[in-house]
Amino acid sequence: MNRPSIGDDRHPPGRVVRLEAVSLSYGQTRALDAITVDIQGGCMVGLIGPDGVGKSSLLSLVAGARAVQEGSVQVLGGDMADAAHRRLTCPQIAYMPQGLGKNLYPTLSVFENVDFFGRLFGHDRRERERRIDQLLESTGLAPFAGRPAGKLSGGMKQKLGLCCSLIHDPELLILDEPTTGVDPLSRRQFWQLIDEIRVSHPGMSVIVATAYMEEAARFDWLVAMDEGRLLATGTPADLLRQTHATNLDAAFIALLPETQRRAHREVVIPPRTIQDAGEIAIEAEHLTMRFGDFTAVDNVSFRIPRGEIFGFLGSNGCGKTTTMKMLTGLLPASEGTAKLFGHEVDPSDMDVRRRVGYMSQAFSLYSELTVRQNLELHARLFRMLPDTIADRVDEMARRFELEDIMGMLPDALPLGVRQRLSLAVAMIHGPDILILDEPTSGVDPVARDGFWQMLSDLSRQDNVTIFVSTHFMNEAERCDRISLMHAGKVLVSDTPQRLAQQRGGGSLEEAFVAYLQDAIDATEVKPSNVVRASALDAAEASGHGATNSPRTHSFDLRRVSAYTQRESLELRRDPIRATLAILGSLILMFVMGYGINMDVENLTFAAMDRDGTTISRDYILQISGSRYFTEMPPIVDYDDLDRRMLSGELSLAIEIPPGFGRDVAHGRNVEIGAWVDGAMPSRAETVRGYVQAMHAQWLTERARQIYGNAATVGDFQLAVRYRYNPDLKSIVAMAPGVIPILLLIIPAILAALSVVREKELGSITNFYVTPVTRLEFLLGKQIPYVMLGMVNFLLLTAFAVFIFRVPFTGSFVALAGGAFLYVIITTAMGLLISAFMSSQIAAIFTTALLTMIPATQYSGLIDPVSSLQGAGAIIGRIYPTAHFVTITRGTFSKGLDLADLPGPFIALLVTIPILLVLATALLKKQAS
Amino acid sequence: MRTANIVQLGMKELWGLFRNPMMLMLIVYAFTVSIYTASKAQPETLNRAALAIVDEDKSPVATRIITAFNPPYFAIPRLISQTEIEGRMDAGLDTFALNIPPNFQRDMLAQRTPTIQLNVDATRMSQAFTGAGYIQSIVTDEVSEFLARYRSTAPLPIDLALRARFNPELNKGWFGAINNVISSVTMLSIILTGAALIREREHGTIEHLLVMPVTPFEIMASKIWSMGLVVLLAASVSLVFIVQGLLSVPIGGSVPLFLFGTALYLFAMTSMGIFLATVGGSMPQFGLLLMLVLMPLQMLSGATTPRESMPQIIQDIMLAAPNTHFVILAQAVLFRGAGLTVVWPQFVALLVIGAILFSFSLRRFRAFLR
Repeated sequence: MNRPSIGDDRHPPGRVVRLEAVSLSYGQTRALDAITVDIQGGCMVGLIGPDGVGKSSLLSLVAGARAVQEGSVQVLGGDMADAAHRRLTCPQIAYMPQGLGKNLYPTLSVFENVDFFGRLFGHDRRERERRIDQLLESTGLAPFAGRPAGKLSGGMKQKLGLCCSLIHDPELLILDEPTTGVDPLSRRQFWQLIDEIRVSHPGMSVIVATAYMEEAARFDWLVAMDEGRLLATGTPADLLRQTHATNLDAAFIALLPETQRRAHREVVIPPRTIQDAGEIAIEAEHLTMRFGDFTAVDNVSFRIPRGEIFGFLGSNGCGKTTTMKMLTGLLPASEGTAKLFGHEVDPSDMDVRRRVGYMSQAFSLYSELTVRQNLELHARLFRMLPDTIADRVDEMARRFELEDIMGMLPDALPLGVRQRLSLAVAMIHGPDILILDEPTSGVDPVARDGFWQMLSDLSRQDNVTIFVSTHFMNEAERCDRISLMHAGKVLVSDTPQRLAQQRGGGSLEEAFVAYLQDAIDATEVKPSNVVRASALDAAEASGHGATNSPRTHSFDLRRVSAYTQRESLELRRDPIRATLAILGSLILMFVMGYGINMDVENLTFAAMDRDGTTISRDYILQISGSRYFTEMPPIVDYDDLDRRMLSGELSLAIEIPPGFGRDVAHGRNVEIGAWVDGAMPSRAETVRGYVQAMHAQWLTERARQIYGNAATVGDFQLAVRYRYNPDLKSIVAMAPGVIPILLLIIPAILAALSVVREKELGSITNFYVTPVTRLEFLLGKQIPYVMLGMVNFLLLTAFAVFIFRVPFTGSFVALAGGAFLYVIITTAMGLLISAFMSSQIAAIFTTALLTMIPATQYSGLIDPVSSLQGAGAIIGRIYPTAHFVTITRGTFSKGLDLADLPGPFIALLVTIPILLVLATALLKKQAS
Repeated sequence: MRTANIVQLGMKELWGLFRNPMMLMLIVYAFTVSIYTASKAQPETLNRAALAIVDEDKSPVATRIITAFNPPYFAIPRLISQTEIEGRMDAGLDTFALNIPPNFQRDMLAQRTPTIQLNVDATRMSQAFTGAGYIQSIVTDEVSEFLARYRSTAPLPIDLALRARFNPELNKGWFGAINNVISSVTMLSIILTGAALIREREHGTIEHLLVMPVTPFEIMASKIWSMGLVVLLAASVSLVFIVQGLLSVPIGGSVPLFLFGTALYLFAMTSMGIFLATVGGSMPQFGLLLMLVLMPLQMLSGATTPRESMPQIIQDIMLAAPNTHFVILAQAVLFRGAGLTVVWPQFVALLVIGAILFSFSLRRFRAFLR
């Protein structure tokens, strides 16, 4: 089996990976503990063990996606801790991380996904199209080239993942649980595909992690792991011989340390004693569920007698979960009926629900409640009598072995224990029917067997009907009867033994594959041997392609544009982000334009004229005649004045005393009363200013009438020139100030999200393991947002000039040039912040906070930077918004052009390289 | 519908919140530090305003004027030459430039009424108008005092007794504090309920609830009462201890009446939180939606600037938002001491808007659960 790798002299033939004392910790948790192992090249190596034992960590170290902490990781003849070696080898390694379609982009089509990877590896358009055509043809994805990756079935996603990995002819292919959750037929096809690729690439080594022991039996060499340590290595035959076991499941359990093994008991399910065969617990008749055009469940019928363990076997997305939801009343069926104990399931009938216990796919209890609180909450929601709850909770704790952990939070518990808790919760109200949706995925074999023993007891001792879905064949074999499900249809229902016998007498898996094949042949014309033939062609062709494999440049525009193009496509297909990107700033501009309005106009005022002479009316008239005030009906008395000011109806009340006209005429001292609503102090200040000015003006006016023109001559005059905005219109001042803020906050948030999104969704791995450099990655991400920023800038400026009618007096070229530099800076700020963030929601709020505060407080919007002191003054001098505010105000209102604004432009130009260098330096090319 | 379920599920929400340190910190921050700083950091209209003076007279009266400008309202004036005015104002270095002409004192004493020119950078709206007024009165005072030594001026025959009600000193800190209570209530009511729903969806627990004898109405109602209660409690504690206690802002009206109005407002806003969560579906999407929704609601509600100065059409549209009514109610009760007889229309409006939002969100929520 050990074929030497061909035409490579950089590492000794035969060995592709060498690990020496490799350890890895995440905080307190030790994921890998002193692993030492050599992996031979040219063969297929399997990493086996349940979830969470460190398989994925190990593979990510080998792929270079994760930084080495302790020990040495040698891959393809070099040290993976060495960045230069990683850069050299990563075009020879392909890595497909765990999780269906984890490294794919769900909104991109099949073609676009593969195309993106092709660009990253520097193929030109012709080469890419040739390779993509062949890969899609050979994997049977060609008819779906235009379909978004997110809408593919699990099996197809994994094939697409494989296409993306194979685009660059890797020497080492690393697959992390590629077939978990995929139906047996697709699984088989997947392995066939791998076999065929290996035939045409004899030198290629494949390392696979898997939780399916059946699969592992076909590999050349196995590495068994548990709790971050090696259990054993060897060929499958070696392992079986070593443990005297008949299958790898048993062999694995035998390899476990004594302490763990002791807890294990062989699952014994006694045969069913048929007591009341007449009673049917669950009955489905022609159940159909359609979502739009898509039929998720198609005419499904079955009857399950009381106390039976009934298995539902099928791949992800075949309709298992939908059927279960219809049985529980979660979803009303489009057609057909579901009956529980002879009563039709009615989503609004709460009593039916009390007879059913449900356990969903993932652990879905409240992680913020303790084990006891979870049990108690569910007991109460099921309306158990309050005085019986405590006893029942204790009983469940005993039965499901939870007594020691009643006060703990579920997150702190191992997966196997959490599954027991889920089962206890599902059983708390003593239901007659238990519906379990893939209850054991990810649970280790020992815990899984313990779990099945509990199910057996519930069925046999308590006569509970159990409806369970699974994709593990050995679990299906433990059911009394099973249904095979595919594409919404039940293919066949019978006992596992009889099904296996009927189709060639082989294993249950053989039978399932045979039934699937029939179902597919009946609906599709395309037989699988066509697929195989073309796969060979493709593999051959891509073998030739390897000779013109592109060199790795230190900076490659093609890789930059790969990210730019992908980022724009993704943005366009995300409605909320796209809205924010295009309309967000316009909406906010509109809101701020009207919301931060400092023109105080149409203020309500009313007068209490207790004089009623021409002079008093004249005084009131000059207030009501101004554009600032709107007169309301006169005030009747003091109570009226109080009431109307209390309710906020009046902003200003004027009282003219009796005898006012007479006193004025006689030059006697007289006082006019004025009350301003002080609830909103800034408005009150303005009102006060207006009233004082009008009062003074009225006095001058009166004086002129009485004493003639001589009286108007004062000692001196103060001529106020309101420059740049002679009408003192708020919007003229606001718009040039708002544009810098909006061009800061939204592009910065979007740029930060573009990186953090990848971190959160896992596709950042593609950056870790492909030859793209940090600067290429950042620039590729930045370019679309800079362009978007410029579009926003044009929209905002047009909005200010044409809608808000803000006069534009300076040089547009200067403004646009400044805006271009400024959005490069703001997007770079977002990228810089993204280096410190790992969750999108934190990135949104942090970016908003970090950018907004300096922009609004210290950038000269309110107080000029020149009047700031201390830290504020320093921020104001270096913060780019301050400089851009000078440019917008200068060009909008002050009639300036480029030559008048050298300072701000130089400042912006200097900032760009600083930010980009910082962002690049802080971005990590590996997970840590 | 069963009240017991609503109570139980609500208790669960409270436990969930209690074990979520990030959210707890946000609540504490929003109702303490944020309010305190908003009150203390409310900028005075004029704070070290940048003033430059061109003194072409160099007379005693000119010196008098120059030395009259002092912090905190004005920074110490920078003395510049006539030619510098243009450039400095273009660069945004000075907000005000005062030009005292040659022979100012001599001309004034000769009753030739010389003119001082004041240049104001009117792109700094917030300072331009008020600042010009201050400068005018400071210059006038100084000149009058100077002239008083030479002759006496006749008193004005008509006085204007101008008083500000409800906040006689026009202390902006009072306004900032109360305004921040309002915006914290708004923000947290939406975030807490929305996040509570999205958390359930992301953890898959919402499905689990649905197979139990619990209706969507009960689930939604439980989130509304529990999160609403948390915000109401936080707001009352903050109003009593931070606003009235620490910041000693006098509250004009009845706190219980305000809290009753807040409860109605929370009913509407928490329903809106559920609605936004069903639209967003995931935390990041919800966060982006918040940015697009919260800011317009806050700014156009009349909380920061008066409604009267907005275009009529916006005023009318904003009547459909609960924020507008809550702001009117809060300002009337807390500042002006208005009673139920004055603010009952706002109570009715909040109740009606809340009921509409609730039933609308419930329909969305039911569809969301499919």
